[in-house]
Amino acid sequence: MMGAPQAKTDDRLTGLAVTATGWAAAPRGDALSRLQSMGLPQRRDEYWKWTRPDTLISADVPPAEAFDAQETPIFGGVDRLKIVFVDGVFSAEESDDLALEGVMIERLAEANSDIHWAQGLYGVLEERGQTPVKRPLAALNTAMATDGLLIHVTGKTGKPISLIYRHVSDTSDAILHHVVKLDEGAELTLLENGPAAARFNKVLEVEVADKASFHHVRAQGRDHARRAATHIFARLGSESAFKSFTLTVNGVLTRNEAVIELTGDDSIAHIAGAAMGDGANGAFHHDDTVFVTHDAERCESRQVYKKVLRNGAEGIFQGKILVKEGAQKTDGYQISQSLLLDEDNQFLAKPELEIYADDVVCSHGSTTGAIDETALYYLRSRGVPKKEATDLLVLSFMAEAVDEIEDDVLREDIVSRLTGWLDRR
Amino acid sequence: MLEIKNLHVELEEEGKKILKGVDLTVEDGKVHAIMGPNGSGKSTLSYVLSGRQGYEVTDGTAELDGADLLDMDPEERAAAGLFLAFQYPVEIPGVGNMTFLRTAVNAQRKARGEEEISAADFLKLVREKAKNLKIDADMLKRPVNVGFSGGEKKRNEILQMAMLEPKMCILDETDSGLDVDAMRLVADGVNALRDAGRGFLVITHYQRLLDHIKPDVVHIMADGRIIKTGGPELALEVEKNGYADILEGA
Repeated sequence: MMGAPQAKTDDRLTGLAVTATGWAAAPRGDALSRLQSMGLPQRRDEYWKWTRPDTLISADVPPAEAFDAQETPIFGGVDRLKIVFVDGVFSAEESDDLALEGVMIERLAEANSDIHWAQGLYGVLEERGQTPVKRPLAALNTAMATDGLLIHVTGKTGKPISLIYRHVSDTSDAILHHVVKLDEGAELTLLENGPAAARFNKVLEVEVADKASFHHVRAQGRDHARRAATHIFARLGSESAFKSFTLTVNGVLTRNEAVIELTGDDSIAHIAGAAMGDGANGAFHHDDTVFVTHDAERCESRQVYKKVLRNGAEGIFQGKILVKEGAQKTDGYQISQSLLLDEDNQFLAKPELEIYADDVVCSHGSTTGAIDETALYYLRSRGVPKKEATDLLVLSFMAEAVDEIEDDVLREDIVSRLTGWLDRR
Repeated sequence: MLEIKNLHVELEEEGKKILKGVDLTVEDGKVHAIMGPNGSGKSTLSYVLSGRQGYEVTDGTAELDGADLLDMDPEERAAAGLFLAFQYPVEIPGVGNMTFLRTAVNAQRKARGEEEISAADFLKLVREKAKNLKIDADMLKRPVNVGFSGGEKKRNEILQMAMLEPKMCILDETDSGLDVDAMRLVADGVNALRDAGRGFLVITHYQRLLDHIKPDVVHIMADGRIIKTGGPELALEVEKNGYADILEGA
């Protein structure tokens, strides 16, 4: 029974071929071989038992209507370099010139030389992230991505690079692959927003050299029926910093994976996510699957994930901290929490710690619950009406995740989206 | 004026009777104190008046200036002029104290059909009131009650009271967990709010708070009823002899 559909999808894999020329042909070919040997994800895979992969890998894209939010686009008030993709296709006329001080930006689709700096990274960090947990959709992405950006940061960039993913066609199927390389001491803030397509498969590989720092703030699109499978693969050098925050509002299916390796001493990696979902708009299923590896001394990592669920929404968290032998003085923290605004929702969490060093501090916690009645009563007793008081408590719940965003303007913008969701409910 | 008549209250889930016929009137401009042993129903009375869930009123009435409190949501009671200073103020991470205060002030103004206070006027007002309570700028910026000491939490309650300018203030064991200096600071804050148009109901175990907030009337509560009412001397009597004599005499 289980074999038949798998044989069918494997037939599809056998039929795939890499079309790239130049430097990328080899890593793409390798990725295709990886994918063919591991097969597409299935429910029986340990890390897919709570999220159905079928609509992420089906031959036909389940249609999704583009949603007109009729509001000020996020990050609108930020001075930034805008790069726009429409249904996964680069839009030159909507984008700024790909020129910014301290950084070189190139499109993957146009980088066809035989030798390229991205050679040592494209598909390389993804491949490292395939062990011990296989991530077939990322290998598929490396092999088949139609475009993406290769961003080489050599200094401090004057302003953020902002990737805007517009969704127009109801059946668009986009595969984008970005590589970001930060040289020693370099700094970049990368913004991403928008649904991108009816179905979006995205990989972001980030190499953070010694003393470099990478900030990432992302807002996934509000389209109710959109689907997304995204991966972040990051490797950190010593005294470097990686901070990533993702806001997810709506989306019938979202799977966000992050694989972070701390390979240099004294580095820090913070990854956070705030998801708000309402099952009444079709469905809402949001899955954060995170793997942080400490392979150096005195590093700090934080995973902070918050989900607000209502009307039959589903939230998943699978998070791991692996502390390798010798990674002494590791400070690892992981929290995953859900706030259920009514009774029909589901939150499933699998926090994991695996520690092979003896001088470390690692903590993890996972909770799920309703609005705190005592706090609600306290606010109401001060004259704050129930709806407004509930909203304040939702924002209070989200605060630990949102506070991971260092930049005040970006954080306020994210908070305004949370408030917007609350106002609409 | 707060008028409570024959108030009977049970715990909603267990059906346990807590208040068994409370009669109490607090006139405008007066300070009434309620003392009584543990479990006498003092805190329950404050919760029921402010609208906390989990209690069922089986008989009796409670009115503020003639309006039926028991028929209102907690926020409506607040807008009507009732304020409860909590025994255990609640921590609300992620919500700035200032945001909280402003939200509360404006919500009450809105409920009363008044215009919202401007940001500048609010800031001026809150700074002035905070200064009197020795609440610094940092405490105003921090999330509501998070990381506050016991004394800071109680002062923050009084700050809210000062900002909201209620008609009827209930202080639920505001002295608990406070050292002498902190208690004096809180009492000064309360005394500054004493006004001909404002009534106070001070719930406490101990006489010592009443040295600082001088009551006009003292009630002794036991087993869900007011069993004795007198002047300030009644509190002194409790302090000297404990509750036993009064309970026996009742």
